[in-house]
Amino acid sequence: MVDMTIKEIQDELIEDFSFFEDWMAKYEYIIQLGKELPLIDESHKVDDLLIKGCQSRVWLHAQYVDDKVFFTADSDAIITKGLVSLMIKVLSGQRAEDIVSADLYFIDEIGLKEHLSPTRANGLVAMVKQMKLYALALNAKR
Amino acid sequence: MTHYDIHSIRADFPILKTKVNGYPLVYLDNGATTQKPQSVINAITDYYTQINSNVHRGVHHLSQLATDAYEVTRRKLSEFINAAQDYEVILTNGTTHSINLVAHCYGKQFVKEGDEIIISAMEHHSNIVPWQMLCEEQGAKLRVVPINDEGELDMGAYHAMLNERVKLVSITYVSNTLGTLNPIKEITKLAHDHGIPVLVDGAQAIQHLHVDVQALDVDFFAFSGHKMYGPTGVGVLYGKEKWLDQMPPYQGGGDMIKEVRFEKTIYNELPFKFEAGTPNIEAGICLGAAVDYIKTIGLSQIALYETELLKYATKALSEIDQIRFIGTAKEKSSVISFLVNGAHPYDVGVILDKLGIAVRTGHHCTQPLMERFGIPGTVRASIAMYNTKEEIDLLVSAVKRAASMLL
Repeated sequence: MVDMTIKEIQDELIEDFSFFEDWMAKYEYIIQLGKELPLIDESHKVDDLLIKGCQSRVWLHAQYVDDKVFFTADSDAIITKGLVSLMIKVLSGQRAEDIVSADLYFIDEIGLKEHLSPTRANGLVAMVKQMKLYALALNAKR
Repeated sequence: MTHYDIHSIRADFPILKTKVNGYPLVYLDNGATTQKPQSVINAITDYYTQINSNVHRGVHHLSQLATDAYEVTRRKLSEFINAAQDYEVILTNGTTHSINLVAHCYGKQFVKEGDEIIISAMEHHSNIVPWQMLCEEQGAKLRVVPINDEGELDMGAYHAMLNERVKLVSITYVSNTLGTLNPIKEITKLAHDHGIPVLVDGAQAIQHLHVDVQALDVDFFAFSGHKMYGPTGVGVLYGKEKWLDQMPPYQGGGDMIKEVRFEKTIYNELPFKFEAGTPNIEAGICLGAAVDYIKTIGLSQIALYETELLKYATKALSEIDQIRFIGTAKEKSSVISFLVNGAHPYDVGVILDKLGIAVRTGHHCTQPLMERFGIPGTVRASIAMYNTKEEIDLLVSAVKRAASMLL
């Protein structure tokens, strides 16, 4: 996905998900993504990098390489981890200003909107917010 | 036992016909809140279409009707728990409010520096935090009765904790996370032997078993309307007159006063002393309809049915590979908490929801208890009078499906 824009990656994911016939297939794919997500470096799995949802927890680390922001993450719940993986696919390796202004419409389009509801206690909403904050901070530091 | 007509009971709860994601709703989150029968729903409409008015104030016709209806509920609740006096039943907005009221009013009056309050390791945050706040304020100490791996209170440890510094014991009747049914009568007797009053968090008991506050001899008993098929926003604090009389009011305002002068205000009598401001009149009145409904079905019938269903569910779930029950006390009521080996409870909950099954996942507002068991949370199925064996079968097959997807 080198050099694809946030919009292009989202559109590709929307197309990928359109092939799934039911929620089972969709969730099986998300669970698979969760299992495949490269784990965050253990040294980054610390409280400082922890985003607390009420039920599942997400660790998120960001770094700046060649003008771009790269994220790694982990979660103790596999479905959350799969969703985290989707977010990373979309936002990692992008320019900070693009991340800050990104409109993440794909979650809604692929029918996973409920997971991004602010009242859903899985840490995902907080994670997206945190990704944008990291991008903003890294951009400012530069 | 006469015939328990589950079909007619289910027909009384319109929401049970709901479909979720194309599946029939299987509602097993009754520990969080119960669904409402049509009679309660009708009572809400009737209240607003026929008698809506403020209580305890007006001389006009509607106000009198609303006041009478509100006070009839107090009477019904008083009978329901066998209080000695109707005015020992304080209408609050729920269990949390009731416990906070005692922590605040009893606490200020009777708890001093160096004193102790006893709770247990299985308490809901609502029966932990108010006491922590009180202890911090008064310089008192919070003592916690430990539990064993089955989720039963260590009664020996409890006994050893009782001494002259202890000013109150506050313990749950039924654990919302483990389902453990605590020996309240024995707990109370032991505390009373040391002259210590007892508060019981009855939020998970009132809808499942017959509560007789005089037979239990408890000093305070707190519960919520919405967990007993009634509306949200109303609950009860039962308190023995001798304690309520000695406690200062909770909040100041209307209804709780007899006479207000700038020099001095004379407080109202029980129960109004603790009921400042306009109450949730609608919910209060309609809780009366919920009590009527429970009495129509019969609490002993409900208890028999639910006990049977709990046994059935425990057995059926135990046949799932890799299932681990959290809370295996000998005496249990209505709650089954479990984990499927390695699967995060949140993940299981998401899959169950997709299959139309409503359970609660997470720490259930009992974080210290989760820590005691070294787990992030559990999946909790909690039953009510309208659940069926067929629903338990659907739960079991859904948990199996979740396990096959997640593990």
